[in-house]
Amino acid sequence: MTETPVIQVEDLRKHYGTVRAVDGISFMVTRNATCALLGGNGAGKTTTIAMLLGLLLPTSGQIRILGEEMPRYQQRMLPRMNFSSPYVDLPQRLTVAENLTVYARLYGVRRVRERLATLGQELDIAAFFQRPYGSLSAGQKTRVVLAKALLNEPEVLLLDEPTASLDPDTADRMRSILTGYQRRSGATLLLASHNMSEVERLCDQVIMLRNGSIVATGAPHELIHRYGRKDMEEVFLDIARGIQSGEVVE
Amino acid sequence: MSGISLYRIGALALRYLYLIRRSWIRIVELAYWPTVQMILWGFITQYLAGHSDLLNQTAGLLLSGVLLWDILFRSQLGLSVVFFEELHARNLAQLFVSPLRPIELILALMSISLVRTLIGVGIAVLLAIPFYGFNLFALGLPLIGFFVTLLFMGWAIGLLVAALVLRHGMGAESIAWAAIFALAPLCGIYYPIATLPPWLQPLSWALPASYVFEGMRAVLLDHTFRQDYLFYALLLNTGYLGLGIQIFLATVHQARARGSLLQSGE
Repeated sequence: MTETPVIQVEDLRKHYGTVRAVDGISFMVTRNATCALLGGNGAGKTTTIAMLLGLLLPTSGQIRILGEEMPRYQQRMLPRMNFSSPYVDLPQRLTVAENLTVYARLYGVRRVRERLATLGQELDIAAFFQRPYGSLSAGQKTRVVLAKALLNEPEVLLLDEPTASLDPDTADRMRSILTGYQRRSGATLLLASHNMSEVERLCDQVIMLRNGSIVATGAPHELIHRYGRKDMEEVFLDIARGIQSGEVVE
Repeated sequence: MSGISLYRIGALALRYLYLIRRSWIRIVELAYWPTVQMILWGFITQYLAGHSDLLNQTAGLLLSGVLLWDILFRSQLGLSVVFFEELHARNLAQLFVSPLRPIELILALMSISLVRTLIGVGIAVLLAIPFYGFNLFALGLPLIGFFVTLLFMGWAIGLLVAALVLRHGMGAESIAWAAIFALAPLCGIYYPIATLPPWLQPLSWALPASYVFEGMRAVLLDHTFRQDYLFYALLLNTGYLGLGIQIFLATVHQARARGSLLQSGE
């Protein structure tokens, strides 16, 4: 039996004049899967995530999330999705609790206090609930933004470099939180990351992008085997430098 | 298709109320200029009243003008500046990936603009009573019509300014402060529209605020409420506010196409 894809992308393109930020990519991600979008800077990862969220309109192509066409039905889909990126901020002058309360209400979370208490404990952010978001360290901010992303217990979670700016210990805890959340909820995770050990640990599917096109897909262990490398870090370097699988490099 | 959600509008309005609630400086800031203007024009009125029969008879003419003008100015500023808060905070992308609809964002901005206007102008209006024995509420029921008209016109201009900044970036922010002053000479705040050169008067009558200030003079000088003025003002406002909303929504759509929602900021 074929599994219904939660994220289905067909021939997706985003062109800015002559620049082809995303150039005809197709992929699908199934329920309960964790998929990584990998690629160097400007490969098209963030552009793809922005189009999946309806934040950016595609030039052409089709996106279906949970069976619904995006961005056409985004108002129906957005309450079932969420997004986290250390590069998109929250209001600096509101406290952490105020920020999370506002977003909980925007996402239609009913038992706001209980949800905040749970997330405060899980992400270890309760201690600075009453501090202004702007006064937090980069690592603390990343955890708060991740808490915002988990507020509505999303079925589809899109993460742009979820552990950037975090020290190794905190990053490791964040990964455990994400895997724990996925195990409990059966959510689908799509993440863009530059951290290859994170990808090896979290992801069961990898989509390699280069200049807006998909150049390789597969499970991390498959790609390592196909490129004849010892880890994803080396595979990433090969792909970023345009080396084909099986090609021998001195 | 789900409809407009008051819960989401309330959530976003709460975000702005948190800011106002926490800082007494913000409340002082809201009331500061309307109060300073009121005090200044109060003294001018007192001085001129001794030299002018018109002002002697209707001492509230200038003070009514300045306070009503502030309703227009504060409602426009209240909407634009609150929208700029999202740009400064680089929060726009978070909002647009949430279930909040652009029209709900507009309605939240309008609600908070109303609150800011009531605080800012309200304090000045109340202080004018002990300071100069002037009570704006003496205008009676027409004041409600004047208030709504000026509020709607302020929102229409505020939405146009917000759209302009969304399109051209924070470099265009200063327009928020300057835009409405370009219209001030045409609105007849302190003088009848008939004072303007004949070729400028049609332009003046195309502004809803002109009907409010003419209507205000009719109440104070002739003790009559010109319902026709209110009708024309509301008719014009329907057009301008509708246009403002459409332009803002179209600009959001354009921003989605250009990818500028992700990059919006200072």
